[in-house]
Amino acid sequence: MAQNTTVPTAGHDEHHHENTVVFGFWVYLMTDCIIFGSLFATFAVLRNQFNGGPTPHELFEFGGLGLETALLLLSSITYGFGMIAAHKSEISKVILWLAVTFLLGLGFVGLEVREFAHMIAEGAGPDRSAFLSAFFTLVSTHGLHVTCGLIWIVTLIVQLMGTTEIPERMMNKLTCLSLFWHFLDIVWICVFTYVYLASMI
Amino acid sequence: MSNPNTSSSGESHGSVSSYLIGFVLAVILTVLSFGVVMSHSLAPAGTLAALSVLALVQVLVHLHYFLHMGSGSEARWNNIAFVFTVAFVSILIVGTVFIMSNTSMNMMSR
Repeated sequence: MAQNTTVPTAGHDEHHHENTVVFGFWVYLMTDCIIFGSLFATFAVLRNQFNGGPTPHELFEFGGLGLETALLLLSSITYGFGMIAAHKSEISKVILWLAVTFLLGLGFVGLEVREFAHMIAEGAGPDRSAFLSAFFTLVSTHGLHVTCGLIWIVTLIVQLMGTTEIPERMMNKLTCLSLFWHFLDIVWICVFTYVYLASMI
Repeated sequence: MSNPNTSSSGESHGSVSSYLIGFVLAVILTVLSFGVVMSHSLAPAGTLAALSVLALVQVLVHLHYFLHMGSGSEARWNNIAFVFTVAFVSILIVGTVFIMSNTSMNMMSR
């Protein structure tokens, strides 16, 4: 209850602060959107340039793709539960959900690395054809973003450990990571639709 | 602060049920996307159109339920930046595909 009485005055300043921090991060995400837009445009132009190399039908399989999609989608909702816990200041729950999100994200990156290693071992590396160059550039850029997200999650878990409350500054960090993580899931929707599924029709 | 749905600023950041609704919708849309390709029930052009519609709806579901995009005055500048980006990326992608397919037609490389 003591906390509640301090909220109106403190809440006003921090609220203003939160808006600029989160808005700034939002603008960054929008520029990231343009990077992915460029890579999607490149892929759309080069998607049929196989140079006699392997085609999507020989390379892609539904099982691995479905599993990757499921992991990333699940990690989105577990992060959401983490944010709900954060708004209730339940730090141990936040850490738990962040850890679950981290493991799901790690599983996604692991599957993707395994898929890439398998393709390169089969001679379908990024140097094989224009289609594969565009494919590896686009999908690994997304994978790199997810990897950065994983490092970010670990950083926040470490910062949260041993604390008893979540200050506004920490809340901003969690909110920005939330936007980042859900944004990556949206990019993945476009990847599995246009890069994988549309090539397997 | 007692209401989990609103922060001190009154900004919405979702509840367990809204995340679950978003998640279930996303799962249904994803399964439909996979199903429409794996079942070969539509012609290629129809399949691509169906995939595009499903992807668009799923992106909107994610924006609403996970990113909490809304129409409140709080979110005005976020929305302006977003609309600008969507317009920019659309011109980028549609323009690139249009120009490059015309180029390859005229050079008879396809």
